[in-house]
Amino acid sequence: MTELINQPVPSAPPRSQWRDIWDQFKTHRGALIGGIVFLLIVLAVFIGPWLWPYDPTFIDIRSRNQNPSWAHPLGTDQLGRDMLARMMAGGQTSVSVGITAMLLALFLGSLIGVLAGYFKRLDNLLMRTTDLFLALPLLPLLLVMVLLFREPLNAAFGPETGIFILIVTAIGITSWMPTARIVRGDVLALKEREFVLAARSIGTTNFRMITRHVLPNVMSPIMVSATLGIANAIITESALSFLGLGFPPDFPTWGRLLFDAVDYMQQYPERVLWPGLAISLTVLSVNYLGDGLRDALDPRIRGR
Amino acid sequence: MLTFTIRRLVLAVPTLLFISLVIFMLLQLAPGDPMAQVPLTVPPEVKEKMREALGLGAPVHVQFFKWIVQFFWVEPQVLIDHLFGTTFSEGQLRVLSWQTRSPVMDIVVQRLPQTLWVVGMSYVLGVLIALPIGIYSAYRQYSAFDQIGTFVSMVGFSVPTFFTGVLLIVIFSVNLGWFPSIYDTTHKVTDWDSFVFQLRQMIMPVMVLALYNAAQISRFMRASMLDNLNQDYVRTARAKGLGEKTVVLVHVLRNSMIPVVTVIALGVPQVFGGAIITEQVFKVNGLGQLLITAIEANDLPMVQTLTFIFALLIVIFNLIADILYGILDPRIRYD
Amino acid sequence: MTLKTTLLGAAALVALAPAAFAERGADGHVNIIYWQAPSILNPYLSGGTKDLESSSMIIEPLGRYNETGAMVPFLAQEIPTLENGGVSADLTSITWKLKPGLVWSDGTPVTANDVKFSADYCMHPEGGCAQAAKFDGVSSIEVIDDLTVKVTFTESKPNPYGPFMGAQSPIIQAAQFADCLGAKAPECTEANFNPIGTGPFRVTEFRPNDVISLEANPNYRDPAKPAFATMTFKGGGDATAAGRAVLETGEFDYAWNLQLAPEVIQQMAKGGKGTTIAAFGSLVERIMVNMTNPSSSLPEGERSTAKHPHPFLSDPAVRKALSMAIDRELLVEIGYGQAGRPTCNLVPAPALYASDNTDCLVQDLAGANALLDEAGWVRGADGIRAKDGVRLSLLYQTSTNAVRQDFQALIKQWWEEIGIETELRNISASVFFGGDPGSPDTFQKFYADVEMYANNFDGTDPEAYLAAQTCDKAPRPETQWQGENITRFCDPAYDALVAELSRTGELEKRGEIARKLNDMVTKDANVIIPLVDRGRVSAHSNTLGGVVLNVWDSELWNVADWHRIK
Repeated sequence: MTELINQPVPSAPPRSQWRDIWDQFKTHRGALIGGIVFLLIVLAVFIGPWLWPYDPTFIDIRSRNQNPSWAHPLGTDQLGRDMLARMMAGGQTSVSVGITAMLLALFLGSLIGVLAGYFKRLDNLLMRTTDLFLALPLLPLLLVMVLLFREPLNAAFGPETGIFILIVTAIGITSWMPTARIVRGDVLALKEREFVLAARSIGTTNFRMITRHVLPNVMSPIMVSATLGIANAIITESALSFLGLGFPPDFPTWGRLLFDAVDYMQQYPERVLWPGLAISLTVLSVNYLGDGLRDALDPRIRGR
Repeated sequence: MLTFTIRRLVLAVPTLLFISLVIFMLLQLAPGDPMAQVPLTVPPEVKEKMREALGLGAPVHVQFFKWIVQFFWVEPQVLIDHLFGTTFSEGQLRVLSWQTRSPVMDIVVQRLPQTLWVVGMSYVLGVLIALPIGIYSAYRQYSAFDQIGTFVSMVGFSVPTFFTGVLLIVIFSVNLGWFPSIYDTTHKVTDWDSFVFQLRQMIMPVMVLALYNAAQISRFMRASMLDNLNQDYVRTARAKGLGEKTVVLVHVLRNSMIPVVTVIALGVPQVFGGAIITEQVFKVNGLGQLLITAIEANDLPMVQTLTFIFALLIVIFNLIADILYGILDPRIRYD
Repeated sequence: MTLKTTLLGAAALVALAPAAFAERGADGHVNIIYWQAPSILNPYLSGGTKDLESSSMIIEPLGRYNETGAMVPFLAQEIPTLENGGVSADLTSITWKLKPGLVWSDGTPVTANDVKFSADYCMHPEGGCAQAAKFDGVSSIEVIDDLTVKVTFTESKPNPYGPFMGAQSPIIQAAQFADCLGAKAPECTEANFNPIGTGPFRVTEFRPNDVISLEANPNYRDPAKPAFATMTFKGGGDATAAGRAVLETGEFDYAWNLQLAPEVIQQMAKGGKGTTIAAFGSLVERIMVNMTNPSSSLPEGERSTAKHPHPFLSDPAVRKALSMAIDRELLVEIGYGQAGRPTCNLVPAPALYASDNTDCLVQDLAGANALLDEAGWVRGADGIRAKDGVRLSLLYQTSTNAVRQDFQALIKQWWEEIGIETELRNISASVFFGGDPGSPDTFQKFYADVEMYANNFDGTDPEAYLAAQTCDKAPRPETQWQGENITRFCDPAYDALVAELSRTGELEKRGEIARKLNDMVTKDANVIIPLVDRGRVSAHSNTLGGVVLNVWDSELWNVADWHRIK
């Protein structure tokens, strides 16, 4: 008793867990820079178009194929459309499709992976389903999805939101499988670890076990999947557009801008540079953000 | 473990049959028509006749059953005939492509060499590059090596191969004239000179694909190593006075391999699936090109057969991965 | 010094050699690249251009069209005509005579039986022959003697040059294909991959969808040809890569059909390894206007059918305005360069059939606006015209292709300037051009207001092509959505004129009727809005001689004359 009383009175209120995480995150230089860059990209593509006078689809045929100038800082394309405006409009689509599809794939993948790894009864069923999805040929699958769902989605949400939902879902449900396999593999090993056995012996429920003990320990492969997933989603979206399964043809996206510019690589190298740079920068910034987040969430690293 | 393997192998049969049915239904449902590449100058009545000649008029279940018989009964006989010179398969109809009107399996066999040379080699190379980079990056987290490795691999993954491939061609074929831009699939390696030629024509597609594969695998390797390097058992091992090399390369590495094994096992079937875009860019004409041209031409027997072979490999390699988990971490038991 | 002079002299002699002392196989190896890879070397089983052209080096028809569209004999002694008595006066039969002494590449003689067999092969009801239309109306084929074949038609045929003319209907060897008739056709893999022919080359190895290795045919009828001993015919990749391999790296000697932006071709041509060549045929990029209502609010089975006329495109003023707003010169400049010419015609060539219709060539936005104002379409607050609650808002679809998407963007902007709202859609070519009745996205189903694609006709006679626009050819649910009258245009006067064309034999008169039909659907009704007369651009290396680009037949029609310029 006396010992307790003699201890110094805490000068500050107990720190919340989230504050600890934030403090740790702040000290991670890469994460901080990554976060700032990512924020800048998002601001540029979503607020930029309000400030920039050119419309991304407006054709000014007299000023086509211009090199960068004050009027067109990134030049113009083969129809005289302003590249900066197109980059910003393209970024809106690519960033939102990339992030949303990645989140969807990550959610599905982690859920299925954890369930399959943790509950032995579900393992066979879920993993054979994963095999099935891995085996399905992507293109016919997408064609069927477009065939079945384009009209109803267009009717329900309007053409743009409809096609957005369709594309995000298409990418999401065709790219969750690696995450699921990886997470399951880790969970299989984790659930035989001592701390899990200890937690179980004190009667921890399955739900708490998964959220408190299993999930935090599989965060790092999930984070890697997330960064790779964004790149994958942006590229897949462009593949869909030039196959005619994606957004309408006058709707720019980064992947599409890059694809269109490849033929002109020798004449106008800057045209492949901008979208390539934008995609890489986004993926890199998310990668560092993910690194920082994972370190911050890991109680063993925190405070070191 | 043995009973587990046997049980899984037995279970694989219905799984694969179900997968083949789903693929078949998907292909039936997909819009598209084998007549899409016939010029518009051919009148519709003639196209209708051509469809009938392909057997498109038959009911769906008859078409599916025909494929099952041809693939699981006739094709193995052809293989046996080929190996032992017997004549079991004579007079039986094999799986025929709609584009070429020739047996699908013959074309698949024809495509294997270039697919293995280019896509297979790039995968092996990718894994060999990725593992050391991943391990060292994690061991020296946030060192210059790690930062550069991260940068290169993320850029390598996020820049699509349709861009890097063309870039390499413009630099090395057009401007420098070092390597051919078009892969010669009829080339045979017989002596040193022809081997050098083979190397020259392989180098660009292999580099492009290896960069992409290495980028992905090294990220998982690094993340998994990082997780384990901070575990208590590492501290214990070091405290016991084990050498740093043993600690990292034996204890940590073994425990970090589970996600990496998963990723590698997922990638092997992709080798046989081919690399559609890279093959297209370098005109390698392997299995990837075969699949994409078959899809574009709506050549259903070809697409069905290729995807099914792909499914077979996926099931097998995922099983191998599951077995490897048990070897890497004996605590994992499936029984 | 003297040695050097002698050497130079020898070199000069060698340079002159090919013309003077040509010898079979003297020029070594030649490389051809097609960015679509051939799947089969039997054109009767595949209509694809890639298969047709690659097989044309191996098997030949009786006669071909040359680069001007004129008929020239190949295996025949001469082209049968009314004048030389080869075509009967009542136009119901045509008699072909083979050149004497022809042999197949295996050394056996070519006889009239082989010619008859080729027809039997394609006309077999279970064979699913891709070229069956060439044999339309044939009632019988008789072998008169070893070198003479008579083709009889069920009724008088003003154009009797369907069978055995052009790359689509070559002569195959009866002995090789004897067991391949009808349903057995696909089982003859060996014959389909390595046909025995009369052409300048024969196959040594065929890898489907990849590469063909060929060698000179030792029994070719001209002992001095072909100049090349061997050939590699590579397929696959894309047009950019094919152009690059000929023009920039010089790895290949000939690249087919470079559908690339003019600027890209110009840049490649700077490589200095080769030159591009262009020629014009009958291929026209056009916009088809839907005369029926494609609205998704209609029940399935009634969309885009004659039951419901289009709410605003049935107004001729709107269709005319759509055409007037387009600057075809600019489209050509952006998309095709030397490989395109602006056109207002559905039939741009041959000269006999081409109408002098040039009114549409000048863009007239003001005129289009005035026309719409006059017709009562008034601009609303958003700048889009409307009348009686119908807004001029249309869906414009086409297949996926970089040039087509640029055209869509340009045309959308022009149409919006005249107050017509435009939504764009692009569809994968394998779905768009496939006739799957279950898909809403085929060009036949036409669930859009306007659509753009290109089409042409085989050979030099446009009769069948023009006859495709008659009322009964409209795709509809009863025909499983098959049919060639994509616009659903229906005018009894047009149908009557088509019937008259089929009865007319005299060339001048045929030309007149064809021109009139062309004008009816284009400048009068504007249901077909022609945009660009699309030529073919191919490229050959500077050292490849003898290339004559031909768009009326196979591009490789004169491959026997190709040689190396030293």
